[in-house]
Amino acid sequence: MSKRAHRSPLLTARDGMWLVLTVATTLAPHLGNLPIWLAGVATLLLAARLFVDLHRIPAPGKILLTTMAVAITVLTGVHFGELFGRAPGLALLTAFLGLKLLEARTRRDGLAVVLLCFFMQLGQFLQSQTMNTAVFTMIGVIMATSTLARLHGVANAKGSIRLAILLALQGVPLMLVLFLLFPRIQGPLWGLPGDAFAATTGLSGSMQPGSISNLVRSGEIVFRAEFSGEAPSPRLRYWRGPVLSKFDGRTWTQSNHREAKTPFYRVSGTAYSYTMTLEPNGQRWLLALEVPIGGPDQARYSSDYQLLSERPVTSRIRYSARAYPEARTGAEATEDILQEALALPDSDNPRARRLGQNLRQRHDAPRMRITALLEQFRESALIYTLNPPLLGNNPVDEFLFDTRRGFCEHFASAFVFIARAAGVPARIVTGYQGGEQNPVDHSIVVRQSDAHAWAEVWLKGHGWVRVDPTAESSPSRIDDGIRTALAGEVDLPFVIRADFDWLQAARYRWEAANNAWNQWVLGYDPRRQRLLLNLLGLDSTDWRQLTFVIFLLSLLIVATLMRWVYARPSDCDELDRSWRKLCAILARAGVERMHNEGPLDFSRRAATLRPDLANQLEQIGSLYAFLRYGLRGPDDLQKRTTLKKLVDELGKQ
Amino acid sequence: MPQEPRFQPALGTLLSAAEEIILGKRHTLKLALTAVLARGHLLIEDIPGVGKTTLAHTFARLLGLRFQRIQFTSDLLPADVLGMSIFDRESGSFRFHPGPVFAQLILADEINRATPKTQSALLEVLEEEQVTTEGTTHYLPDPFFVIATQNPITQIGTFPLPESQLDRFLLRVSIGYPDQIAERALLLGEDRRSMLERHPPVIDAETLKGAQIAAGRVHVSDRLADYLQALIRATRDDPEILIGLSPRAGLGLLSAAKAWALLEGREMVLPEDVQAVFPNVAAHRLIARDGTRHSGSALAQRVLTEVAIC
Repeated sequence: MSKRAHRSPLLTARDGMWLVLTVATTLAPHLGNLPIWLAGVATLLLAARLFVDLHRIPAPGKILLTTMAVAITVLTGVHFGELFGRAPGLALLTAFLGLKLLEARTRRDGLAVVLLCFFMQLGQFLQSQTMNTAVFTMIGVIMATSTLARLHGVANAKGSIRLAILLALQGVPLMLVLFLLFPRIQGPLWGLPGDAFAATTGLSGSMQPGSISNLVRSGEIVFRAEFSGEAPSPRLRYWRGPVLSKFDGRTWTQSNHREAKTPFYRVSGTAYSYTMTLEPNGQRWLLALEVPIGGPDQARYSSDYQLLSERPVTSRIRYSARAYPEARTGAEATEDILQEALALPDSDNPRARRLGQNLRQRHDAPRMRITALLEQFRESALIYTLNPPLLGNNPVDEFLFDTRRGFCEHFASAFVFIARAAGVPARIVTGYQGGEQNPVDHSIVVRQSDAHAWAEVWLKGHGWVRVDPTAESSPSRIDDGIRTALAGEVDLPFVIRADFDWLQAARYRWEAANNAWNQWVLGYDPRRQRLLLNLLGLDSTDWRQLTFVIFLLSLLIVATLMRWVYARPSDCDELDRSWRKLCAILARAGVERMHNEGPLDFSRRAATLRPDLANQLEQIGSLYAFLRYGLRGPDDLQKRTTLKKLVDELGKQ
Repeated sequence: MPQEPRFQPALGTLLSAAEEIILGKRHTLKLALTAVLARGHLLIEDIPGVGKTTLAHTFARLLGLRFQRIQFTSDLLPADVLGMSIFDRESGSFRFHPGPVFAQLILADEINRATPKTQSALLEVLEEEQVTTEGTTHYLPDPFFVIATQNPITQIGTFPLPESQLDRFLLRVSIGYPDQIAERALLLGEDRRSMLERHPPVIDAETLKGAQIAAGRVHVSDRLADYLQALIRATRDDPEILIGLSPRAGLGLLSAAKAWALLEGREMVLPEDVQAVFPNVAAHRLIARDGTRHSGSALAQRVLTEVAIC
């Protein structure tokens, strides 16, 4: 054998296209996470490979490729400020995958590209673990496996794709065993420290004009809640977030509060119990429905009645809680809290201040002052809009008396300001209001667009009472949700706009499926595993036992698959199937083929036993003999079809 | 690819003509023709008087081949077969006088009566198709075909052919007694020898060579090769068999099957073709482990029954 024969065979142009397609399906779901220039580079590299294959021109040489590799590495380093970490790592991998694709000449290179694709598909889960990612990865895996089959000699496209799907299906039981039984660790499987939880939108601990209206432009889901019984009406769905009590004239910030493991209130009245699936927001607030009891293990209650998690929420968590909308809070509020809820900056917003003082003079009872204030709000014909004009140094005055256009933060801010001026302790509560009920699985989905700010006033004998000044001017915001209240405004996120019914229906289904995915796949945590294992009579704490069970089940699955594979002759094809079918038909008719009987002998013997079918039998016998043992000819396909038809006809007789 | 001349009609005529001489022995005749087409040699093992010599004569006549008969006896010397150099007084040098082996069809009658030395001299010729004496190589004619006959080895005064020599014969056949009808035709009919002398050759040497080439080109599919190998492997793995088929025997089996397929008028080999020739290719090559209990033919038959066609 010559030395050349040891070298890997060259890739054909068609192999090249398969590789391009594989890399494309692998990278497609990934491009959005890349810096835009790198996504462009990766697309260009793919296109270059396609061009090289289509026009059969020589691929770029080593020097050019090396230069490109170095340049991309440097650019990536500059872009991210480092080369280690999740995002730069994946970016580099993407670029090198493209370069390797462009470079690939021999089958060996092709295999390297395919293996890199598999690695890349795994890497995707570092970025996202949604159902879409899983579906995309599935397609990518099947594509890569088909290409692998092709590189190992499965020449036709249909055959290689079928083989890949078959292999993937064979992997399913093994995957399930590992998924269900592999010892779980607390936290997300793919979580990475550092940049993994960068930049999530959501409420912050402070509020100034514009901070909530900006948030509302995002259709991102904040959490889902599934009520075990009837869900409370939208009017009651106030999901409490940070409470803002300090005001410097422009920005509201959180009050000082204490935390405890037990609540600062007693609950009574109707209870709604629900299961919450909270998306990571990098903050501690758990956005519980007012007034909450429950939450995850180690949850804390704050003195301003928030439910807080022990640590910032950096992965999707799921917990159950109960809400008591009728419960009273703060009946015995301490003096320092009330003082904080009355404090105003020294000198600004003179008109609002004057209005407060007027109310104080006119009404003795704080309760009456609040009623009058709300009346005032209603009469001022304030307009609820996502695009309020910019405000100057006296934002409350300008909103209330000049522009009269504002979003919920303007309403709440102005209300609390005047209430304090009127001598009634008041503060702002931020959070989410309403949420949309998915008719498919009846869960309530709350998005960033449901972000809201409302007010709370303290009345002697009643404690803290929720007042929503936005509701006075725009009741539909509370009853029907933001998309009705702001129907005319185009800035709302596309996903929540009510214009298209079919889109909405599709969205509901999609979100229900996603929710199920989150609950059952991503939400399969140590606790659920423990439940399942106990159900199976296993002790999950004993990892040796688990390992043994995994080993045993895997062995069983592999053995079953092997039995299935080896029970059939290895190169079974359509021709064999036709022949086997004939044998089965004749066996039923009493003519059994002997295992060492050739096709002609058999069909002749059968013909003598069934003279009525002699013609067909001999025709089948010689067709099969020719197709099986003869030279390949141009009319084979036609003969194959004839054979199949004859056998089928025989079967009917 | 040029269209191959069709040999099947000519070969069919040949077989029919031979059948007129040797009555009721179509299968044996077909096997003998298979050996010719596969460029192998034939060993006929049978009792005297069943027509071994007649068969050889028939083929020589019908194929139009130059025929030589060598009667093997215990005092036959290698030179009597191969030829020898004799000093020529006129030219003053040695001159090679070719022996009877320099013919196109040789009948080596009762080969097991000669001494092993003479036997091996002939059998080496079968393999080499050339004779070398005193540094000069003399090529045998083409086609060259040997029919050896052998009486069953239980008879007195014989030197049984060793296994290594048996392997040089592609096929071993026996003729056997004629059936009742054939026997009566033989008894009451014309003398076979004079019938044969009147019969013209059916094909010439060139056509025969063409047919031999065509036999070599018969298609062998992967599936058939699988079956062939399965058969060969079975002879080697069988616990009852001491020595299975050699690679040379495997090659022989394949070329015999191809020749048989050509005789059947096919362009590809079927398992049936392999099965048709297998007992005659394998029986004289297989050696049972305990020596006596199973004959070669029984072993070959058993292998055929056991190996499945998939």
